[in-house]
Amino acid sequence: MNLESLIGVIQIVLIATTPLVFASIGELVTEKSGVLNLGVEGMMLVGAVTAFVTLVITGSYFLAFIFSILSGIFMSGLFAFLVLILMSNQVATGLALTIFGIGLSSMIGKEYIGTPIDGLTPWYFVIFSFIIIFLISYFFYKTKHGLILRAVGESHTSAHALGYNVIKIRLYSILFGGSMCALAGSYMSICYAPMWQEGMTAGRGWIALALVVFSTWKPSRILLGAYIFGGVTILQMNLQAFGLRLPAQFFNMAPYIATMLVLVIISSNKLRIKLSAPASLTIPFHKGN
Amino acid sequence: MIKIFKYLFVISTFSIFAFSNAIADPKKVGFIYIGPPGDHGWTYMHDVGRIHAERMLGDSISTTYIEGVPENADAVRAIRKLAASGHDLIFTTSFNYMDQTLEVAKEFPNVKFEHATGYKRADNVSTYSARFYEGRTIIGHIAGKMSKTNTVGYIASFPIPEVIRGINAFYLAASKVNPDIKIKIIWVFTWYDPGKEADAANTLINQGADIIVQHTDTFAPCQAAEKAGVMAFGQASNQEEFCPNAHLTAIEDIWGPYYAERAKAVVEGTWTSQDTWDGMAEGMVVMSPYNSKLMPADLIQEAINMEIAIKDGTLHPFAGPIYNQAGELVVPEGQNADDGMLAGMSFYVQGIDGEIPQ
Amino acid sequence: MINFLPSVVSRSQSSKLMSLFVPIIAVILTLMTGSIIFSLMGFNPIFALHTFFISPISSAYGISELLVKATPLALIAIGLAFCFKNNLYNIGAEGQLTMGAIFGGGVGIFFHDTNGFWLLPLMIIAGAIGGALWGLIPALLKTKFNTNEILTSLMLVYVALLILDYLVVGPWKDPQGYSFPKTRSFSDSGRMPLLFSGLRIHFGLFITLFLIFFSWFIFTKTIFGFQLKVSGFSPSAARYAGFNQNRLVYLAFAICGSFAGIAGLAEVSGPIGLLYRDISPNYGFTAIIVAFLGRLHPIGIIFASLVIALTYLGAEDAQLFMQIPAAVGFVFQGLVLFYLLGADFLVNYKLEFRKNK
Repeated sequence: MNLESLIGVIQIVLIATTPLVFASIGELVTEKSGVLNLGVEGMMLVGAVTAFVTLVITGSYFLAFIFSILSGIFMSGLFAFLVLILMSNQVATGLALTIFGIGLSSMIGKEYIGTPIDGLTPWYFVIFSFIIIFLISYFFYKTKHGLILRAVGESHTSAHALGYNVIKIRLYSILFGGSMCALAGSYMSICYAPMWQEGMTAGRGWIALALVVFSTWKPSRILLGAYIFGGVTILQMNLQAFGLRLPAQFFNMAPYIATMLVLVIISSNKLRIKLSAPASLTIPFHKGN
Repeated sequence: MIKIFKYLFVISTFSIFAFSNAIADPKKVGFIYIGPPGDHGWTYMHDVGRIHAERMLGDSISTTYIEGVPENADAVRAIRKLAASGHDLIFTTSFNYMDQTLEVAKEFPNVKFEHATGYKRADNVSTYSARFYEGRTIIGHIAGKMSKTNTVGYIASFPIPEVIRGINAFYLAASKVNPDIKIKIIWVFTWYDPGKEADAANTLINQGADIIVQHTDTFAPCQAAEKAGVMAFGQASNQEEFCPNAHLTAIEDIWGPYYAERAKAVVEGTWTSQDTWDGMAEGMVVMSPYNSKLMPADLIQEAINMEIAIKDGTLHPFAGPIYNQAGELVVPEGQNADDGMLAGMSFYVQGIDGEIPQ
Repeated sequence: MINFLPSVVSRSQSSKLMSLFVPIIAVILTLMTGSIIFSLMGFNPIFALHTFFISPISSAYGISELLVKATPLALIAIGLAFCFKNNLYNIGAEGQLTMGAIFGGGVGIFFHDTNGFWLLPLMIIAGAIGGALWGLIPALLKTKFNTNEILTSLMLVYVALLILDYLVVGPWKDPQGYSFPKTRSFSDSGRMPLLFSGLRIHFGLFITLFLIFFSWFIFTKTIFGFQLKVSGFSPSAARYAGFNQNRLVYLAFAICGSFAGIAGLAEVSGPIGLLYRDISPNYGFTAIIVAFLGRLHPIGIIFASLVIALTYLGAEDAQLFMQIPAAVGFVFQGLVLFYLLGADFLVNYKLEFRKNK
């Protein structure tokens, strides 16, 4: 393989992995505050369709992304209301959000399937995905607010006792998560595969959820996990195209098995896991506690 | 509370009767779809066919569809619901509805069923499919002539006979006009994932393919080709508007005339169980307009001549001699592969690198 | 804080009265929202709601179909309760279901030309073993390597689906099947007996009811059930009490996996009768909602599985009788779930108006 095609492979990996990075960093922030939102796939789809429809109607990429992010805030706001105010079960509410999002996105996009648009170059977003990882790392480990957010995820009762508004902090984290998932979706429908098709995220929301756990809740590891996953997927395509004689189903299993193996290696250090996993994950908070 | 429910029940039963009386006259034709009708691929073309039939037969039929029916135990219920709600003719438009269609057909002997791409029939169950491979022969010929890098990228979905037949027909035609042609195949194991289809297209282009062929459902590969400045063939429907500078032609699935004919047979009471496998001659497989910006005029003429030859039977996509990868003669010279071999095709022809995933 | 807002107070025990009342509130809210949505879409709301909730179950066939759909959901959900009670987030029931179908179905394919009373029990046992083994992988990784079970169980779903894919495309392909990706049919004694002729509800219903009763017994009458509960509430208390945590993890996952495996086997040997690529309409994932909606309680899970199954059937009827796209069905289903989950609030918490401290 010469240098040029190697660069080509790297480009494909970058383009394919970016939506995973956006969605998983959003979910990571949500989980860091102690809330598990399994509705990533649904929020991505609604974000994708909102961006696409806005672009078709207004012709403005800027508005497309703004409205997409607003749709993410709407979807995650719905989730936040249920789990923070009504204290519903987070796992079930997240799954319900996915069902709702699949339906809502298809409903909104019905008239727009197969409308041709001019795709936007993905490179700004690829660069932005690296920047956002850096920013979130900085936020978590170098700022006071980041520390508070982590504290809320660690022990909401202590954080509350210290006078922090647990509900408000979690609300912001959930809304940030929602807007990142919507951004991931809009990247898919406007840059990656510029089109709207029902269910076009094809399971990437679930992969993003897995990547958060894989990263052991560390922003920089999101990049590592996402690129292992994306890289193995593209690598197996390259090997197939070279005519390597291996059963393709096992190729397709490779990203999942690789992710598991790396996870096993990383998490063998028990102390490190304990330090990074938010202790209050999925436990609802209310002041009467 | 109970009173309210009773009231609701009375009103609603009444409205159901009102509903069914209004459309009791025309013959009811139902469709079971695997995807959404807007997928611009497989289901979309069946829906275009449904609308065509409705337009052709006017008031004598009315049509309904249930979309997104999974190919498992749920399919029985969906098919049965159509049968039990007074439908006279039901099209089930995906292979894995086969046993489910037969199961319901047994229970409703007076309802006619048509199952796409299957092979099990009954007195009230017909099967129908299209010879898409005829179109693959033509795009193979075009690819053989148009490729400058002598490398074609082929995005395949699942290793079923339909897809393998397409690859073979394509390669036989391409290698006939260009013995140096190489075909690189990526199995993506999905019909429908725009992102993955685009990744596969980009990977193939990166490995030197200058023509992309797909056997998946979305127009993502064609778009990827457009962006990279290479050529591509569309799938199922004309995709030129999505990739005007890459789209050479597409193989279109045209179900409308068949649906109209079968519905008419039910209206007139002449429907019988049969097995239909139609191709270009019957108009079930149609080539989209050839792109004159990309293709030289003489090549377009060659393609049109090939269409004519396939229609009148002088050109058979699987004319012997055909060898498999092991070099064994599978179709002798002077013969054509028979329908049985085509229907169950599970080997690559000689010259294709790689192995069918098993 | 603003004083005139009521404050939320946790009930020391979930309110029995509210437990009964909440589903009714949720239903009323759903009916109201549904009426508004369908009126806006130009449908007679009463006709629409009837189509969604009554017409699917207004015949014996409809009720049978409701049970066909609810049975696997309830069985998987009660299995999941073993994990969730112990705070083990096993979200890979879909994979365990698939493995159960592969193991049990594999037995069925091997004996495809043999009949005998022993075949179905053998298939059920094989299905349970397959599901349990698949469930034990994340359990093993968790106890030995401390890996998070959410990720591993989810990854194993995809691996299981690809293994099934490999088998039906490759070695287990029906030799008479024109190379289509499906296996031979099981012999007659490899099929779940039907309970009524003409209806699809099968013996799996009784297996499910028995296993739900069995689970209830375990939860309430055995030390194991008590240990599950304690270690779920407070892992440290469980440690002090000297419970073997790893054993609990293995048992919970093995039970959950075997239940999901049996559900998978029941699906292929019941309504399907052979193996192919797409055997489950996401039962393993939907059952997670069922488990929480039923609040991990056997009776709750039975009701929750019926409600969820009804929303699926209703969405199909709405497509057929009202030409409503499948998407609207999903939106409506999502709303129903939101109401049910949100209304749960009233069961566990109460609003109290009180003076400032």
